[in-house]
Amino acid sequence: MKAIRKYLHSFLLLELLRGMALTGRHFFARKITVQYPDERTPQSPRFRGLHALRRYPNGEERCIACKLCEAVCPALAITIESEQRPDGTRRTTRYDIDLTKCIFCGFCEESCPVDSIVETRILDYHGEKRGDLLYTKEMLLAIGDQYEKEIAADRAQDARYR
Amino acid sequence: MGVVSTVLGGFPAWSQILAWDLIKIGAIVVPLMLSVAYLTFIERKVIGYMQVRVGPNRVGPRGWLQPIADGLKLLLKEIVVPTGSNKILFVLAPVLAIMPALVAWSVVPFTSHWVLANINAGLLFVLAVTSMGVYGVVVAGWASNSKYAFLGSLRSAAQIVAYEIAMGFALVGVLMAAGTLNLRRIALEQAGGFWHWLVWPLFPLFLVYFISGVAETNRLPFDVAEGESEIVAGFHVEYSGMTFALFFLAEYANMILLSALTTVLFLGGWLPPLDVAPFTWLPPLAWFLVKVSAVLFLYLWLRATFPRYRYDQIMRLGWKVLIPVTLVWISVMGVVMTFTPWGFLFSR
Repeated sequence: MKAIRKYLHSFLLLELLRGMALTGRHFFARKITVQYPDERTPQSPRFRGLHALRRYPNGEERCIACKLCEAVCPALAITIESEQRPDGTRRTTRYDIDLTKCIFCGFCEESCPVDSIVETRILDYHGEKRGDLLYTKEMLLAIGDQYEKEIAADRAQDARYR
Repeated sequence: MGVVSTVLGGFPAWSQILAWDLIKIGAIVVPLMLSVAYLTFIERKVIGYMQVRVGPNRVGPRGWLQPIADGLKLLLKEIVVPTGSNKILFVLAPVLAIMPALVAWSVVPFTSHWVLANINAGLLFVLAVTSMGVYGVVVAGWASNSKYAFLGSLRSAAQIVAYEIAMGFALVGVLMAAGTLNLRRIALEQAGGFWHWLVWPLFPLFLVYFISGVAETNRLPFDVAEGESEIVAGFHVEYSGMTFALFFLAEYANMILLSALTTVLFLGGWLPPLDVAPFTWLPPLAWFLVKVSAVLFLYLWLRATFPRYRYDQIMRLGWKVLIPVTLVWISVMGVVMTFTPWGFLFSR
């Protein structure tokens, strides 16, 4: 009996009609597409996008070349070289992040004792040539300078959970 | 028309006929190509809407220039001819695919006066020409010298043979009910309101015809000849640029052709559903286009709804379901029409 019912259901195309009714209903449903360049989805303050190096309010760069981020980076995307400055402090001479290797895990940011390396909310950037995605210290500092306000606001908002 | 006649007036008679026919052919093919272009766009839109997306909307106002952009892209692309391929057949295949898709339009009646060649064996001609379409696919698969293309064309050949039979039998039913092979007369037989349309007495045959039509045009859910998840792109893996575009055009022209034939054979062609005032305001051509669009929408709806059939299931459906169904219905029709007084159920 069950077999006959099943057979009739497929022979009379009832199953197919039910499927088509479903897609037919969705034809009139409200469309949920986010029109990306014009509209954006909301972002968390913890969003992990493009990296930046921050400075203190007096203009001094935060990074002390402790190399914790280089050590923790699971993708080996960070390369740091350092020297002693005339004033006795240790600073980086080279701070490269290879964004083609980076997996955006955020470990570098978590490991940083001075909140120097951070990940910003920037997610749409691109390179047109080989090497365009190898970000150097100057580029990272420039991003930090440009977005310092946003970065600081995000850290402040997240501070009580850290 | 008067203008054209005066311009052509000075030329010999045969060239006048030729020029007139060329003009008529142009009048069919150019709108057909435009509708193919916009069918691809509307297909993407409809499928998008059914998947709760919005579809293409970036090129031009609300995306309406998208098919133009696609066409330009295909025009500018390089045509790669694989090293191991049979070069002549490789180039010939897309031509073979699109030719029947265009030729069959010559007998389709758009209205009771607008038909390029009003021949008596119109239905037979359509069957003969549309079954030529498979040669394009088979030759493409053979000439590409690629295993995916070869598998795709084998599948397509077997599938089209299977469904051609069911389709032919479905059309035998139309033939029995209408009593003529002339497409224009078949449509005229259905005059006088929607209850005279052949869909109702031939409903099972209508379904079989539609399903085998979907299979014949290699559309989802019967597109195993392409089957991108199994054999990359099937018979047209190796094709690029305009050669690929020709296959694409052929597929969509075939889709429109099948919808037009379904309209003429089962849905009363250009005739309005009711022969009273508000329905007769629309010109016959508009009714024809409305019905064709409705059938085309059904095609897109199917594509948005169903997953691809497994290959052996396609064969099972073709040989063990559709052919028996048509045979039974034709026998019932034959018996009822010959031996019982209820023959009026099927023909008038």
